Amino acid sequence: MNPMPFDVQLLNALSALLLLLAFAMLSQRRIVTLVSLLAVQGVLLLAATLLLAWRTGETHLYFSAALTLGLKVIFLPWVLYRLIRRLGVYWDSEPLINIPGTMLIGLLIVVFAFGLAQPISELASTATRSAIGIAVAVILLSFLMMITRRKAMSQVVGFLSMENGLFFGAMSATYGMPMIVELGVALDVLVAMLVLGVFFFQIREQFDSLDLHHLESLKEKR
Amino acid sequence: MILTPLTLCLLLLALWAVIGVAGLARPTSLRYVARTLYPLGALCGIALAAVAAVSITWAPERLVLPFGLPDLPFHVRSDALSSAFLFLLGAAAAGISFFGAGYFRSGEGTAPGLLCLQYHLFLASMGFVLLADDAYGFMVAWESMALTSYFLVTTQHRIPEIRRAGFLYLLIAHLGAIAILLSFGVMQGGSWQFTFDAMRAAQLPSGWAAVAFLLAIFGFGAKAGLVPLHVWLPEAHPAAPSPVSALMSGVMLKTAVYGVLRVTFDLLGEPASWWGLVPLGIGLLTAMYGVVFAAVQTDMKRLLAYSSIENIGILFTGIGLAVVFHGAGMAVLAALALIAVLYHALNHAFMKSLLFLGTGAVLHATGERNLGRLGGLIRRMPWVAWLTLVGALAISGLPPLNGFVSEWLLLQAFLFAHRVPQTFVNMLLPLGAAVVVLAAALAAYVMVKFYGVVFLGQPREAALARAHDPGALEKLGLVWLALGCVLLGLLPAPVVGLLGSVTAQLGVGSLPQGASPWWVLEPLPDRDATYAPLVFLAAIVLVVVLTFQLVGRMFHRRVRRGAPWDCGFVRLDARMQDTAEGFGQPIRRIFQSFFAIEREQPTPFDRAPRYSIVVTDRLWRALYLPLAGLVQRAADAVAWLQQGRIAAYLLYSFVTLVTLLALVL
Repeated sequence: MNPMPFDVQLLNALSALLLLLAFAMLSQRRIVTLVSLLAVQGVLLLAATLLLAWRTGETHLYFSAALTLGLKVIFLPWVLYRLIRRLGVYWDSEPLINIPGTMLIGLLIVVFAFGLAQPISELASTATRSAIGIAVAVILLSFLMMITRRKAMSQVVGFLSMENGLFFGAMSATYGMPMIVELGVALDVLVAMLVLGVFFFQIREQFDSLDLHHLESLKEKR
Repeated sequence: MILTPLTLCLLLLALWAVIGVAGLARPTSLRYVARTLYPLGALCGIALAAVAAVSITWAPERLVLPFGLPDLPFHVRSDALSSAFLFLLGAAAAGISFFGAGYFRSGEGTAPGLLCLQYHLFLASMGFVLLADDAYGFMVAWESMALTSYFLVTTQHRIPEIRRAGFLYLLIAHLGAIAILLSFGVMQGGSWQFTFDAMRAAQLPSGWAAVAFLLAIFGFGAKAGLVPLHVWLPEAHPAAPSPVSALMSGVMLKTAVYGVLRVTFDLLGEPASWWGLVPLGIGLLTAMYGVVFAAVQTDMKRLLAYSSIENIGILFTGIGLAVVFHGAGMAVLAALALIAVLYHALNHAFMKSLLFLGTGAVLHATGERNLGRLGGLIRRMPWVAWLTLVGALAISGLPPLNGFVSEWLLLQAFLFAHRVPQTFVNMLLPLGAAVVVLAAALAAYVMVKFYGVVFLGQPREAALARAHDPGALEKLGLVWLALGCVLLGLLPAPVVGLLGSVTAQLGVGSLPQGASPWWVLEPLPDRDATYAPLVFLAAIVLVVVLTFQLVGRMFHRRVRRGAPWDCGFVRLDARMQDTAEGFGQPIRRIFQSFFAIEREQPTPFDRAPRYSIVVTDRLWRALYLPLAGLVQRAADAVAWLQQGRIAAYLLYSFVTLVTLLALVL
């Protein structure tokens, strides 16, 4: 087996960092830190995209790198920081499952994700095919984070991180989605973010808190 | 565009829809909506009836409309069967629209303009049901008929009982629609073509054909009100405004009869003989059930609704008989039974609309539906009283009016039932004739109660003294329908001749040509059964005039003096009259097993003695409440899923995602 070229090794290292970040987010209860982690995730994604663009020479990857920089590294974290300051939520309350338990479940999910990605990686012809498993793992871990958190803000961070995972998956499997799809997704994320921001204020006005268990009173009484 | 009967019919239906939409232009102006648009709609109805009456003898005619879904245009076709029912629709709708022009007031729930839209769309969709020639168009029209009538029923939607009645109606209508859809699904027979032509061509195995037939009976029976799917009728009819009740009872129920006839004799090809026993049996049960319940009602519109159930029972009995004869290869008798069905449908449209409109006039004049608070209205409202009398006599099946003709024809058909080749069937069928006669007699009893309590005797409430006849448009509507009852009764032979072309075109057979003149009805020349209504009329008029003269001469000049203790009945007061409950009491006793009766009787020591009796339908407790409970429990079980926590919902998505991924693995 011949040694991997340096840039592929670098890509693999970046993806490993992404997985690590996902775990970090899973274990983090300070919301400000969570947003910082999201920004770091964006930076890693940016680096991976640039690297891949340089390696393959696909120009549209440069565009998506610019999109990542503008949206995921700068704009969304900025909006989130502002929201946190305005709403005054710095901490999430105790998650539904305690953090060590969540980490253990996360481990199982990673195993599952790698098992799942195995056949796909064999079919894919890209240099980054080993990263597909990591992308699936990041998606599922973010999902897990959304399930276990109580505050709406951390769920939004989970949602955005899930989108990052999807983006990374698409990039490693087929060198990125077509430009039009990517633009559409970016727009969706942007709109979702704005709508959710409005929702936060509405929820707080209604319940005097962003804790989502207050929403349980909305279900039908029996 | 070439003007043929079919395109004319379509144009008139479109005109109805346009009139409905025009109602939205000035929705609160009663003068514009009621006094202008409704009479226009009535004229449309007359035109439709005229076109249909002409085209009934024409050859079938078809057309593919240029709209519908892409690749799925509406097919329409007019033949003798649809023409017969279009005539029914147009003629009955004309009278009801004239009446409605004077009847609808503002401030009763839905705004007049919106009501006008719903009303005319209801008419147009009923017409389209009759013309549709593919399952798609049929279902679209059928469902818009159900929806528009639902909104019409819930006109006064601020009253919770009316909303409940509307919901029950909508629920049962949808159950029926699902069954009809399934029936069409079976009938396409693997060709996946949903035009009626494809269904006519499909060769179904006999088992599947029977399934399609039974599904159709269930589906159309739900609309028609066959037992045990009849429960919506006595709820919805009192809830709706009277012209709407008239339209639903008089016309909409007949579209269900049309559907059964279309499926049985046209789409399914050759029905087997035993199929007929199903509608026959259910029809007899329905007829008895309806009339017995009608006898114990105290709300006049509920009473009429139960009477409609009875008549639907008689119609389905006739259909069943026609299928039995047809399956046994007895073409003439099948045609006779089928003509009786068509004739009765036509009659019922006129007489039941007339009666419902009569109750509407009474309701508007007195504000009262309860029989216990009416009475003596013949002096205050002579027009309504005398015209309603025509309807009451007709529906009681008395000559020379129309109800007698169709029941007589049906009984004629029953008299030959012993010739059906199957043993047991030929022994049991004459019993069916006995049930029909019993139901008809009880129907007369019900009408005596209805008419006697509402119009005769003395007013039971002081407020009734202020009641008065309705306006000219309402009278015109009532006169139109009453005229229909009289003409259909006096001229049976031409009508039977026209309806004969329906049976001939359906391939059922036709009646032999007799040599009798136009005023004598002789359906089967080889039997000595003839009926000449004009002779009856002359005899009746003669007897009435003679009696009147005789009584006038013999008794009215005598001196009458009141006896000291009033046993000479000089001073009767309203409380001495028989009440509706009292009149129905014998029936309640005899048919006790039909009802669930809750009686509250005073003890001898009560300070304030109270007697009350509530008669309800046994089927509610035996069938509907358990079913509702079952559905409720199932829904509760499913509702466990609704945890109210966002984490749980996310978990559902997560588990679904992981499971699907694991499945792909």
